[in-house]
Amino acid sequence: MPSDDVLSWGRVLRARHAVARPQWRDELAALLAEGTEGGHGLLAIGLRRSYGDSGLNPDGAVVDMTALDRAIAFDPAKRLLRAEAGMSLDTVLKLLVPRGFFLPVTPGTRFVTLGGAIANDVHGKNHHRTGTFGRWVRRLGLLRSDGSSAELAPDDDSGLFASTIGGLGLTGVIAWAEVEVMPITSALMDVQTIPFGDLDEFFAIAAESDGTFDYTVAWIDCLATGSALGSGVFSRGNHAASGPLTIEKARQWPSLPIDLPRFVFNGATVRAFNALYHWNGRRKAGRATIPYGPFFYPLDAIGGWNRMYGKHGLYQYQSVVPPEAARDATRAMLVAIAAAGEGSFLAVLKTFGDKPSPGMLSFPMLGTTLALDFANRGASTLALMERLDAIVRESGGRLYPAKDGRIPPEMFRIGYPNWGNFSRHVDPGFSSSFWRRVGL
Amino acid sequence: MKVIILGATSAIAQATARLYAAEGAELLLVGRQAERLAAIADDLRLRGAARADTAVRDLADSGDAAATFAGFVETLGGVDHVLLAYGILGDQKTAERDPALAERGFRVNFISSAGWTLAVAEALEQQRRGSLVVLGSVAGDRGRRANYIYGAAKAGLATLIEGIAHRWAGRGPRAVVVKPGPVITPMTEGFASRKGLMWAAPETVAAIVRRAADRGGPVVYAPWFWRWIMLIIRLLPASIFNRLDI
Repeated sequence: MPSDDVLSWGRVLRARHAVARPQWRDELAALLAEGTEGGHGLLAIGLRRSYGDSGLNPDGAVVDMTALDRAIAFDPAKRLLRAEAGMSLDTVLKLLVPRGFFLPVTPGTRFVTLGGAIANDVHGKNHHRTGTFGRWVRRLGLLRSDGSSAELAPDDDSGLFASTIGGLGLTGVIAWAEVEVMPITSALMDVQTIPFGDLDEFFAIAAESDGTFDYTVAWIDCLATGSALGSGVFSRGNHAASGPLTIEKARQWPSLPIDLPRFVFNGATVRAFNALYHWNGRRKAGRATIPYGPFFYPLDAIGGWNRMYGKHGLYQYQSVVPPEAARDATRAMLVAIAAAGEGSFLAVLKTFGDKPSPGMLSFPMLGTTLALDFANRGASTLALMERLDAIVRESGGRLYPAKDGRIPPEMFRIGYPNWGNFSRHVDPGFSSSFWRRVGL
Repeated sequence: MKVIILGATSAIAQATARLYAAEGAELLLVGRQAERLAAIADDLRLRGAARADTAVRDLADSGDAAATFAGFVETLGGVDHVLLAYGILGDQKTAERDPALAERGFRVNFISSAGWTLAVAEALEQQRRGSLVVLGSVAGDRGRRANYIYGAAKAGLATLIEGIAHRWAGRGPRAVVVKPGPVITPMTEGFASRKGLMWAAPETVAAIVRRAADRGGPVVYAPWFWRWIMLIIRLLPASIFNRLDI
């Protein structure tokens, strides 16, 4: 069915797609044959949490995988869960937690599909311990437009597994996946919240925490300037040793049913939000034991929070820079943002560890990652991101395709030196707006 | 809790089965396609079902329904709830000119469904307890040019259930017809726009189906507001109704 309402989480690009929503794995082959005929090819999509255009295929076809959400098998002894690729991580956790298991890697929202988590090789607050999601994929089923289907494992030496992990859905449709999960003894998290005054303090706390805490992340006040530049709140935690293995009924605020008007999001509200966050960080400073939901997924409590940014949508900008450049580059980016007055509600800073990412296009690498969101104000927002690009490039860093809707092709290719090798594994019947921008 | 689902691959049946699975129920899934039934059964077991068995059967054929259903009950070791959820929408315009197609619609949506319904009713009557829930449709409440062949069959099924519920009034077993409005399922794939308040998700209808097995009257609308919309539509005089394109 043709549809105008396929949007990514950033809601900037509005385009027309031919949409199919299969209910059964046995329907995929026929949909692939049909959908890859057109000039713009096909792309499998999930819960549309990618921010930019990597999950969009304007004027082409998309296969919405979210109805393929069935569990296939679970082996508690081998810790292997196999499920259809459209299953959300929310559902995965509902299956795992009561059995005493957890996702080894989870991004900041549980409303992504397994297929999406693989195609973007997502990371979490425990990257320094466990690496990316793709490191835990033991097997996956991939359907290609030539009618073939392959069962791929990490030992695959054709390059198809390594290009499918983090491959932005361009190597075919991931029909199902088997992931290794990890044991937990409690659904609760032991959490510590530590306010910090500047970037040096952040790096000190991060260095000290990485050895003893499985999960670390910080929120940065990107409106702060001068001596307060880089102040924020550090959060670190571990799975609690004891406690119930129950799914907390998540506290759910009503979804945003509409796009908020432009005037709601302005300097004053961002300042107010940041002040509140600071205050809340100081208030909560110290230790606490809390359910896993609010620790991992604070934003999931507000359905459709992206609509807060109004009808023009938002851009995310997530970079990673190598350790040696981390301090200077992070400082330079915060200075540029504060100078532009384009504050971000949620600026998130985290150090990545040295676990190699398995995908040819995987984003995470050793260093420091900064994630920002900006309301789309057109030219001024794009100009700010260009200034940030220059800092990231100079530092030898790169940007996260799952968040991107505007990266210059040259910057993508420099950041991902494997892109040429990757492109040989791209299924000729598959495409996306992102790929047409940067890869072709 | 032992549950038999006739037409287990339908979207509403699958969503309802997940609710039963979360309660730890034992399920028998009946339908035509073995592989699809097996995929559902695997999923339900991991979602908490104490048991999920499958039986392959083309339900459009209700010959020997009583003996076959007795076999289902024996497989499961008893039965508490039965959900009859299969049906086909068919293309109204084509069916108007193609008697074979119209007849197939009647066979699937009424004749065979009625056969199974009567067989289930006998079984529940004998054990003096249990719930039979069948999926009807708001299309059965008043014939409309858009879908009266489908609607006529669903109207027949609803009347049958009302009668069985009347027969059981004040006694143990329950018979309920759940009448959904438009639902976003493969059955309605191809409808121009499936957005807005009139369109329900299968999960919404499933929650109503699950509740209907335990309590409430013999005719349940899903969601509830269709009761009042359909009341108005039924009460409209033909002079007005005929001018509406609904």
